[in-house]
Amino acid sequence: MVGIIGYGVYIPRYRIKTEDIAAVWGEDGPKLAKGLGVYEKSVPGPDEDVATIATEAARNAVKYARIDPKDIGAIYVGSESHPYAVKPTGTIVLEAIDGSHESTCADYEFACKAGTAAIQTCMGLVQSKMIKYGLAIGADTAQGRPGDALEYSAAAGGAAYIIGEDNPVATIETTVSFTTDTPDFWRREGEDFPSHGARFTGEPAYFRHIGSAARLLLEKTNTTIEDYDYFVFHMPNGKFPVNMGRQLGVPKEKLQESLVVRKIGNTYSGSAMIGLARILDIAEPGSKIFAVSYGSGAGSDAFVIRVEKEIEKHRGEVPTVDDYIERKKYVDYATYAKYRRKIKALA
Amino acid sequence: MAEKPVAQFWRKIRSVYNIVGTHCKTCGEYYFPPRPVCPNCRRKGELEEYKFKGLGKVYTFSVVRQAPPEFKRQVPYVIAQVELDEGPRLTAQIVNCDPEDVHIGMRVRACFRKIREMGGGGIIVYGYKFEPTMKVTGHNKE
Repeated sequence: MVGIIGYGVYIPRYRIKTEDIAAVWGEDGPKLAKGLGVYEKSVPGPDEDVATIATEAARNAVKYARIDPKDIGAIYVGSESHPYAVKPTGTIVLEAIDGSHESTCADYEFACKAGTAAIQTCMGLVQSKMIKYGLAIGADTAQGRPGDALEYSAAAGGAAYIIGEDNPVATIETTVSFTTDTPDFWRREGEDFPSHGARFTGEPAYFRHIGSAARLLLEKTNTTIEDYDYFVFHMPNGKFPVNMGRQLGVPKEKLQESLVVRKIGNTYSGSAMIGLARILDIAEPGSKIFAVSYGSGAGSDAFVIRVEKEIEKHRGEVPTVDDYIERKKYVDYATYAKYRRKIKALA
Repeated sequence: MAEKPVAQFWRKIRSVYNIVGTHCKTCGEYYFPPRPVCPNCRRKGELEEYKFKGLGKVYTFSVVRQAPPEFKRQVPYVIAQVELDEGPRLTAQIVNCDPEDVHIGMRVRACFRKIREMGGGGIIVYGYKFEPTMKVTGHNKE
């Protein structure tokens, strides 16, 4: 059955505290951090972008899976911060993991859910026997306009999943999606920063789509919340996934292990995929995971994943999500502004 | 607009993305960047392509505090001679480490980074830099 053969993540080393961003804009830092549920966020180094983050995550995934990268027949990179507007990030990743030139590749964009859309595409290609393995990546160096609410959460990181059929470490049992035209968050061509509908990003956007996809998945699989051990919801902040869990009746302890957002912020296309990786890092074989991504615009992809005994043979090969979360160096707002090219006068 | 230096970077993609050099089957020496002829064995040499493991140690290093304009954003940064475990030494930046923590003999591993950008609209050149080897913990809850 189709599943995850290997996975890997990458989170840049730099962090900025919510309080330090708040101090620049005259806000109450501790109150804001608590309200958002984001205490610090990851910041990419001046020489890091989606191609380098995606590559590091993909190299970890290949090592974890112990496969020959030449057997990967498709690479899809989901992001809203691809370094080139025209020239796929996936081509760079393919070459950097020493993949085969005889493979297909494309970049995806669907706000924060482009990476899970890539997983679904790879599932289809694997199941139709067009490819042996597919590499699905979600990675971002998210942009937030200085002073905007998004600046407190827009972070950097990525996750890569190798999808295939032989001896998966976790089986993807079912997937469903829910998509509508909902303009809650967008970025027009050529604009540096995205715009959003403020409170509109909540009920009609995030909660409606994740809620609908989740209910659809429960209905399709004829299961209830009690049948699952872990839940992962997209994490635009620390508050939304918790509220979503409450609405669906998910016990707190089944959700909290995935809430990486508190320490690294919203890694956009990497968000739900890093949350899922955190669960795969710790889950016992036989555990059932219920994961739902969300991308503004808007849509959700929901997955039922069963952890297999095979996973025990692969652990310890590559750094875990926690290893990356704990490897950090704090920077101040000025350094962050310099690294993120918010200082426009600098060449 | 036609960009001039594209071919020279494209030609090196394979060797600089994955640290691919050559190995002489006659004398056993490893080379990076790849060589067309083994300087030890000349005509008797038999070179094969070799992908380096990407592990090594800092042989020597320098902290750059006065950088060309395009690298100003990264100051201060570390440029090192890294000695790969297979033998060859190469020049590379050390990242994910503060300059004061770099020392001769420090174990490093290759990582993938942006090397330079040919202006705002030009190509982006990627390649190897090195970082301290990372601690890998178990995958347990504790």
